[in-house]
Amino acid sequence: MTPMVDLAFLLLTFFMLTTTFNKPQTMEITMPDKPKPDDVQPEVNEKRVLTLILGEGDKIYWYKGITDPKLEVTNFSADGIRKVLLTQNAQTKDMIILIKALEKSKYKNMVDILDEMNITDMKRYAIVKVTDTDKELVKELNL
Amino acid sequence: MGKVKVHRSSPSLDMTPMVDLAFLLVTFFMLTTKFAPEEPVSVDMPSSVSVIKLPEVDILTISISKDGVVFFNMDGKYNRQELLGKMGTEYNIPFSDEEKERFSVLPSFGLDIRNLKEFLALGPDERKKVKQNGIPTDSLNNQLAKWVVFSRTTNPKLRIAIKGDRDSNYPVVEDVINTLIDNRVTRFNLITNMEKGPAQLN
Repeated sequence: MTPMVDLAFLLLTFFMLTTTFNKPQTMEITMPDKPKPDDVQPEVNEKRVLTLILGEGDKIYWYKGITDPKLEVTNFSADGIRKVLLTQNAQTKDMIILIKALEKSKYKNMVDILDEMNITDMKRYAIVKVTDTDKELVKELNL
Repeated sequence: MGKVKVHRSSPSLDMTPMVDLAFLLVTFFMLTTKFAPEEPVSVDMPSSVSVIKLPEVDILTISISKDGVVFFNMDGKYNRQELLGKMGTEYNIPFSDEEKERFSVLPSFGLDIRNLKEFLALGPDERKKVKQNGIPTDSLNNQLAKWVVFSRTTNPKLRIAIKGDRDSNYPVVEDVINTLIDNRVTRFNLITNMEKGPAQLN
């Protein structure tokens, strides 16, 4: 019987090592439809807008409001962006977050920031295209 | 005084229950193992705290490698054959039944449709040597859009998942997402690895 048992255990080891149990996780995102030309865009109070710009080297630039923005920089650690989001959310009612990714940012940064949105339970956020003004602001800060 | 007689027979152990168990486990692992098809590139996914599991069937996967090469994959053998037929008509490349058969068992691929015919003619070992340049996603020649549209007409239940490498540049992903939105796919999944959620918030 010994050879048979040997074989059985060999097979057992092989299948145990090759099996992967964890199925991949997914994040569901729903993007807005493309606006039609005759659609009326809703107007938003700029005080409620928080802009996050994902930059090179896992940096996040953020500012509040739209006119006269004061750009600040933070990172993806728990004391970084999460703190910013939570404090800002406590100060602002119905905060709207705009996520903009610079060309140098990585896909990981986008997933991480969406993850932060889930963790901090932000309800209203949108991924939008980065504007030239934002690029200028980031450039100025680096200088 | 008589000598104490020592029994010198080898102790025998009943191995049957152990063997039973071993075979039970072998059967279990044999049945649960699903061999992952060999991918042309390895994609190192970012991690997230999301706990939604990816469904196993009706999945269209768009993989993005570290160098920004876009790969396409869809499940369902017959759906794939139908899809290739539709794509062939769209691009005026007639595919034979044998080519469709070969296509239906292909893993992810990242090729221009005009090079697909040659690729399908190759053997499995030769295919590995081919450098795949990715499915064109630029606005002039957006083949990815066509693949997505025809996949969805072939299988309306299809869910679309993006499997991006953590270090791929965001603009490539953005192109893919914009392609999806342009084709009225506004709901899709991002495949990620598991990560433990932060303790202080949960």
